[in-house]
Amino acid sequence: MPEQRRIIFQHIDEPGYSNDLACYLRNGGYTTLRQAFQRKPEELIEEVKRSGLRGRGGAGFSCGLKWSLVDRKSGKPIYLIVNADESEPGTFKDRHIIHQDPHQLLEGMMITCFANNVKQAYIYIRGEFPEGARILERAIAEARAANFVGPNIAGSGYCCEVYVHRGAGAYICGEETGLIESLEGKRPYPRIKPPYFPAVLGLYQCPTIVNNVETLCHVRHIAAVGGAAFAKTGTPGNTGTRIYCVSGHVQKPGCYEFEVGRITMGQLLYEACGGPLPGRKFKAVIPGGSSAKVLKFGERFNGRRKVGTTLEEYNWALEDVPMDFDSLALVGSMGGSGGVIVMDDSVNMVEALGNINAFYAHESCGQCTPCREGSLWMKRITARMAGGGARHGDGALLKSVADQIAGRTICAFGEACAWPTQSFVQKFGDEFGAAGSAAPSAEALAKAEAPRAERTRLV
Amino acid sequence: MSKETPVNLSPETLSRIDEVITHYPVKRSAALPLLHLVQEEKGFISQESAEWIAARLELEPINIYELVTFYPMLRQKPIGRRHIKVCRTLSCALSGAYRTCAEFERHFNTYCGEVSPGGEVTIEFVECLASCGTGPVVMVDDELHEKVDEARACELAVRIKAEAARAPGTGGEQRK
Amino acid sequence: MISPPKPDLITVNVDGREVAVPKGTNMIEAARAAGVDVPHYCYHPKLTVAGNCRMCLVETGQLAVDPATRAPIMDPATGTQRINWAPRPAIACATNASPGLQIRTTSPLVKDCREGVMEFLLINHPLDCPICDQAGECKLQEQATGYGRGYSRYIEPKNVKPKRTALGPRVTLDDERCILCSRCIRFCKEVVGDDVLGFIDRGSHSTLTCYPGRRLENNYSLNTVDICPVGALTSTDFRFKMRVWFLKQTDSIDAESSAGANTVVWSREGVIYRITPRRNDAVNDTWMADSGRELYKAVRTEGRLADIRTGSGGPGGLDAAIQAAAEVFKANAGACAVVGSGRSSVEEQFLTRSLAEGLKAPAYLVSRVGKGDGILVSADRNPNVRGALVTGLVASLPDRNLSGLASAVDAGRIKAVVSVGEDLSEAGLTGAQLAGISIIYLGTHRNGTSDAAKVVIPTLSVFEKAGTFVNQQFRIQKFSAAVPGPEGAADDLVVLARLIEAAGVRRGQAGGLAAVWSEMEAAVPALAGISYGNIPDSGLLLDGTPWAGLPFVEGESLHFQRVP
Repeated sequence: MPEQRRIIFQHIDEPGYSNDLACYLRNGGYTTLRQAFQRKPEELIEEVKRSGLRGRGGAGFSCGLKWSLVDRKSGKPIYLIVNADESEPGTFKDRHIIHQDPHQLLEGMMITCFANNVKQAYIYIRGEFPEGARILERAIAEARAANFVGPNIAGSGYCCEVYVHRGAGAYICGEETGLIESLEGKRPYPRIKPPYFPAVLGLYQCPTIVNNVETLCHVRHIAAVGGAAFAKTGTPGNTGTRIYCVSGHVQKPGCYEFEVGRITMGQLLYEACGGPLPGRKFKAVIPGGSSAKVLKFGERFNGRRKVGTTLEEYNWALEDVPMDFDSLALVGSMGGSGGVIVMDDSVNMVEALGNINAFYAHESCGQCTPCREGSLWMKRITARMAGGGARHGDGALLKSVADQIAGRTICAFGEACAWPTQSFVQKFGDEFGAAGSAAPSAEALAKAEAPRAERTRLV
Repeated sequence: MSKETPVNLSPETLSRIDEVITHYPVKRSAALPLLHLVQEEKGFISQESAEWIAARLELEPINIYELVTFYPMLRQKPIGRRHIKVCRTLSCALSGAYRTCAEFERHFNTYCGEVSPGGEVTIEFVECLASCGTGPVVMVDDELHEKVDEARACELAVRIKAEAARAPGTGGEQRK
Repeated sequence: MISPPKPDLITVNVDGREVAVPKGTNMIEAARAAGVDVPHYCYHPKLTVAGNCRMCLVETGQLAVDPATRAPIMDPATGTQRINWAPRPAIACATNASPGLQIRTTSPLVKDCREGVMEFLLINHPLDCPICDQAGECKLQEQATGYGRGYSRYIEPKNVKPKRTALGPRVTLDDERCILCSRCIRFCKEVVGDDVLGFIDRGSHSTLTCYPGRRLENNYSLNTVDICPVGALTSTDFRFKMRVWFLKQTDSIDAESSAGANTVVWSREGVIYRITPRRNDAVNDTWMADSGRELYKAVRTEGRLADIRTGSGGPGGLDAAIQAAAEVFKANAGACAVVGSGRSSVEEQFLTRSLAEGLKAPAYLVSRVGKGDGILVSADRNPNVRGALVTGLVASLPDRNLSGLASAVDAGRIKAVVSVGEDLSEAGLTGAQLAGISIIYLGTHRNGTSDAAKVVIPTLSVFEKAGTFVNQQFRIQKFSAAVPGPEGAADDLVVLARLIEAAGVRRGQAGGLAAVWSEMEAAVPALAGISYGNIPDSGLLLDGTPWAGLPFVEGESLHFQRVP
């Protein structure tokens, strides 16, 4: 069983550790910033590229590549926006960093700003973290007083301002262009890409970098140890550590920081999290936030994959799947935000999907046709099914509706709301009724008709 | 519907508004921060407040109205004195959030989304509060409460009532 | 005229057809150029791209080349260059032509995309067709028929939203029908500068509205009705009046001002039901003012002249009227004046000039000046002052008052006036002055002058005749007769021609559009080489330099810059 490597989470829940500057400095804080500001910005960008760091917000996009796409020729100011909107269901890691170790985020931010010639940064924090916003503002004030934010940072002459901007309860503000629209004071409707790639036409139509909280903490770490050293941790193509947030039906839910891909699903759930609740068996797991496709216990995955320069056979039970971006994509899901939601055999999958569909229908911004109408339609179908009104062919209908959304929308919310439905219906077809031919099985119907009080209500 | 429409914000709020506008090169960006500041003081966003904010930022009232109705945290009507928000998304639902909410409803003799009798509380379902490992998760005003099963919900309800009894002016007023 | 420089042309391929389009052309327009229809809702050629309806999804591809050598990679099956099709479809409205871009619109994926979007648009849409004004010109109906699956699988309850909202004085809103394309919002903000519409709430419950207490009441509000692809925004005036498939469409010109917005007049059995703009990218794009649309209501009001009147006696026929006019001319030879109109057509103004010459009479025009709105209502509320200049009816810009004529009347130098549609009392002549002269009045509506006139010959409104106007750009534009005039009214050109003869001028030809044009081509320098039939539907720019020094009143408006 691999050990946790708590690098980002080094001080989280540490007795005696407080979120003020003095404590951060006592623990060696801002040393890396001082050193980084002595270097050339391009060198810092090279380190991040060398590190292979992939975004920790959900998309897993190469951070070095994202920075290199920034338009540095337009003459327009370059902005950094920290995506602290943590709203992907199942994800609860950025909360701890913000509340307990805000200076780690600030230090990573300022190094990022310096590397990318950013003079103005905003932290977009979800409205439901009011205490977090206060903590960040206090940390920024402390940092400014100590010259880590504002004019003449660490005596380098470089200046960069940081402001906190609070959201007000919309998941779509976690989408980078929806976030930008929200920051501009408009309804957070994501922008069409092309042409509005944030690296070129972002905030106020200026080049903008949007990075997740945890990602920026990794940048600080990379600046400290170097990109090459970072790249040696984790697994090739999936470097570094990441914070897995496990919730649902496990004995010990919580945040666990492991090297990416050096832990399998089974190790994470059975050993780190203590396995299922007494008397229960694992049934399903969503590995990367509720937008990720569900995986079923008992499934097997096999084929060939590239390991280094060779092609290797793999033959995995779900428990064997390494928890890295590429492996999870290989088995038909994704690493996403690292939010691992576990469901055991007490769960009615129609109701679980109903709960998820209600979330997406509620959070759809409504801008484009497939997501706006399709997400509500899927919610209405699963609500009807969960209420005992399931009809012949509902499973096939759900899949068909989801298929009409994914790939056809302005932003990835289309995939996010379609993938759960597609995967739940595919993997648990017996509970949804097989594709258009059979009605739900007697066992499934019996479960659906069981008295509400005996089951945990999900929708 | 003009700048002169009386909204009567406190000097402190007004100066915070002035300050926050300076954070952005484009005034419109201050719309959400202003909405938060006004709602913090007044408890909700009235039509007069929306028009005042629009005028302050040189926008049309519809531009503010669009935001107030989009974001669930912004409200156009006053709510109960205490705001109980129960997360209903998957992880919390799996650990019994619906039972938790029902417990609160029972204690305060109210339904989700309404102001309870006497204006004590408003209970609402909200979406994922990003503390899924310690569900069911409940926020009471700005405070986060974790692992709120029915027993803890009962304790919380009792505590809220006790706090209400100690606070001044508890007779039937809704939260301003 | 200098022809514009040739724009950069880019070659793209639509469904196997190559087409060259200017740089910056999006693929909906490029496909149109290739003869392929790409269905869409939110895209509009005169508004910014929103990209939200997703109906215009098409497959895009690039010609396959070897990355190292750039040599084309051929497909052995077809012998043509292989195309790498992108796995995700892209919206055509936001895809600009790039060299070698391939798109296909007939593949199974595109068919599925369209059926999907159509199904989604219809699931919360109310079954209002039988009572909805948009039927017959509704994009949902058209595209469901052309590209939809043909049946619905939706059995859940539908959204309920406000219906029958009076969004403004002229526009009715049904929020259930709205497909949230945002065309109306973009129009009001971008074209009119009146940011009054917006979406409230979220997701499928999003609703179009004005801020409570505000209204959609700007003078271009009805354009939102034109561009609304469905029956969400409808004209309150037109509501429930007529099914559009019964209506005949006739091209016309908005006579409200010298902007000369191109219009379509919709009528059935001699009755006009509504007016909508006609696209002209050089004049009015796809817009017109609300106030211009209302003009059709004047066609059938109480004051409409319908009977020829001769002398102070009762009605008579046209012959009697012309005879009476001839007598007036004879009795007042050398003391006649002619008042033409900036609202007359070019052809009428030409004949008016001939009449004035035949009578050796001075010719006047009356000006109408208002405040220009910078869009399509110009400061000159006469649509055709420039026609009078071009035909030589007048040589300078008119005044508001005919003070010259008034003093000539007082001095006894003018004893008879022919007025073509102008009310002299509005132009400053007193009742006494009118009573002291003999007036021959040609016009559409009763007024102080027609009451005082000896001879009244009812004529036709702009909706009832054909002709041309010259707008502020010096563009000559055609309008056609949409409905017949009232029974007693006569064609202006016929009446004027007969009056010219009554003035003693032999004319070889009768009045009538073709005849007048052959005369004008020869006699009017600005119209040399132009024939009525050759004027394109989008009008023709004339050379306005002979009048360049005149102090025209118009300021900047859509597609018009004032030349200093």
